[in-house]
Amino acid sequence: MAKVKPRVKVPKKAEAGEVITIKTLINHKMESGFRKDKKTGELIPQKIINKFSAEFNGKPVFSADVRPAVSANPYFQFKVKVPESGTFKFTWVDDDGSTYSTEKKIKVGG
Amino acid sequence: MMMKAATMRVTRRQALGLGAGATAVVIAGPTVGPAVAKGQTAEDAIKAFTGGAETKTGKVSLSTPEIAENGNTVPVSFDIESPMTADDHVQSVLVVADGNPRPGVATFHFSEMSGKASASTRIRLAKTQNVIAVARMSDGSFFMDKRLVKVTIGGCGG
Repeated sequence: MAKVKPRVKVPKKAEAGEVITIKTLINHKMESGFRKDKKTGELIPQKIINKFSAEFNGKPVFSADVRPAVSANPYFQFKVKVPESGTFKFTWVDDDGSTYSTEKKIKVGG
Repeated sequence: MMMKAATMRVTRRQALGLGAGATAVVIAGPTVGPAVAKGQTAEDAIKAFTGGAETKTGKVSLSTPEIAENGNTVPVSFDIESPMTADDHVQSVLVVADGNPRPGVATFHFSEMSGKASASTRIRLAKTQNVIAVARMSDGSFFMDKRLVKVTIGGCGG
């Protein structure tokens, strides 16, 4: 599979207490476990991103428990009220145990 | 209420072609046999999430397309009416699709820092069916919304 690369959109700046929108996307097949191999007729085992989470300055702000019904290249959009400048950390957990993560900084106030 | 739930399950089982034997097992509850675990219904998933508590309508607004041409990526978003303060906020939201081979789609967890309990994602729908969102509030109450999505090309298997 192609290299898994998370993509995240976070505003660079915000006012204190402003509710910002964060958009995240990661390229992943999200193999549902229901598809059959066309040649052998065997079911292709499930391999999905099963967990997504977002932290701000080490505190959990949003997370999702994901099941195979989420589309390939899972996309999540959510809101966060930012109290201060800091760093967001986003983590995706694969069924095979590997994790992918990325970080984004935001500046709050003048 | 109990009666109604049972009837709904019968209909769904029959639709799946599993016959009357399976129906009996489902009514008996999730403790019997592996067949149940495999064929968990949307009602079971919601019940597991709410712990059997009453689910009211309102507060949750779910938006989906009325018709999805491609069941592989159906945009779904929800917005829940809540002040999102320490005392009064949305804890988590369960999204299920009642006509998928496995009805669970995702569970979203919010925090006081969420500001607003809303999220969107893209999901797979195997056929025309209901998408249901159930929200758990910090006071232990549950609210839900339901939308029917017509699917032209299914998004599971292949």
